[in-house]
Amino acid sequence: MTNQTATDRVKRGMAEMQKGGVIMDVINAEQAKIAEEAGAVAVMALERVPSDIRAAGGVARMADPRIVEEVMSAVSIPVMAKARIGHIVEARVLEAMGVDYIDESEVLTPADEEYHLLKSDYKVPFVCGCRDLGEATRRIGEGASMLRTKGEPGTGNIVEAVRHIRQVNAQVRKVANMTPDELMTEAKILGAPYEFLLEINRLGRLPVVNFAAGGVATPADAALMMELGADGVFVGSGIFKSENPAKFAKAIVEATTHYKDYKLIAEISKELGVPMKGIEISRLNPQDRMQERGW
Amino acid sequence: MVKIGVLGLQGAVREHVQAIEAAGAVAIIVKHAEQLKELEGLVLPGGESTTMQRLIDRYGMMEPLRQFAADGKPIFGTCAGLILLAKNVIGQQTPHIGVMDVIVERNSFGRQVDSFEIPLSIKNMGENFPAIFIRAPHIVTVGPNVEVLANYDGRVVLAKDGQFLGCSFHPELTEDQRIMAYFVQMVEQSVLTILAKR
Repeated sequence: MTNQTATDRVKRGMAEMQKGGVIMDVINAEQAKIAEEAGAVAVMALERVPSDIRAAGGVARMADPRIVEEVMSAVSIPVMAKARIGHIVEARVLEAMGVDYIDESEVLTPADEEYHLLKSDYKVPFVCGCRDLGEATRRIGEGASMLRTKGEPGTGNIVEAVRHIRQVNAQVRKVANMTPDELMTEAKILGAPYEFLLEINRLGRLPVVNFAAGGVATPADAALMMELGADGVFVGSGIFKSENPAKFAKAIVEATTHYKDYKLIAEISKELGVPMKGIEISRLNPQDRMQERGW
Repeated sequence: MVKIGVLGLQGAVREHVQAIEAAGAVAIIVKHAEQLKELEGLVLPGGESTTMQRLIDRYGMMEPLRQFAADGKPIFGTCAGLILLAKNVIGQQTPHIGVMDVIVERNSFGRQVDSFEIPLSIKNMGENFPAIFIRAPHIVTVGPNVEVLANYDGRVVLAKDGQFLGCSFHPELTEDQRIMAYFVQMVEQSVLTILAKR
């Protein structure tokens, strides 16, 4: 009997092991080590964090492979990297380099405005963003093994991530309580592949892990997302844009583990310095909203 | 019913809780050292071993966990949990909890793209166990009193050292409850043994 690689259980299982943890954006080996030391369950290797991408403008692409390699050799925790939506070759390049997870991400400028990657074609597992259950199940249908909220990356504003996790979880609860004869109509309304609504109806939950992402700026934000039912947290710009990244990173990890321990969250939130300034969402031009990328 | 804890700092906690309940025991998620006192057995789940080690140290759980082991209570470690239990980890200067007489190597089957599943036969438990290996460690060497329960590709992937059970793969990601049922029996047996000594 030979072994089977890249099965759903192997790809989704990898994300199961990340639950209750924090995945941190890093741009070099030094930051990756700080993240690992702080207790991150994985790092996301990037050329620029989302807030810098937002500030710089222009086209944002896959990171320089040298950065990804540098991060991979610096830490023993898993390393993720971002590919542009629909960019088959960026994804294949990252897979060939042996990254542990690819984020097909709206933080980068989409390469394809119509089609997402057929993620079931790859050995490496993928995480994708979603704002509602239709989007979530379409990504699972393409082979995503992990989900995250889109939120609004690089803003330091949690409001969109809250909207997305509440929306997805409310829709999961609704589908879980439907009778079988209602599911096809719901699939039509949501634009969701029917087979996954059947599965959600049977399981009573999503078939893959769903993390929070896009706007987590403080330990209390991370704890809030856990409270709302996220399986774990991605933190992008928040950590290494803060005054004391090592302390800040530890505080986010502790708040995620002990998200109901409010005294502890008070304690670890003291003197963290100034968090990232943040952007009020209504001040953002509609064309600057990253969450509108992909469908 | 025996009470079995699942270390709940990070990782596949919910799946172990379900497996313990399905095997007819009470499951408790452990986030604080004080909770260990009320337990008769403990599961160290799969997750990121580096992260779990740091969190155990930071929350002062190391000594209470070693005491739990010293009291003779059974501990079952899967994947990251096996790394925490091992007396020696290759490339790591000091072990972590360090109570199971085995030497393990981390990520010894490669990165995530090399992760795999395979049906395994397990001594005392049966055939065709769906074993899911994710960035998995393996047991390189076992001490004289360790019983090897399963091999894959010439490597030890499941072993028992008295009260300790350590496993490279993730039984919690499957519906097959045979290994958890075996561990629950170990816990039930140990409760009787500890009672008899009193």
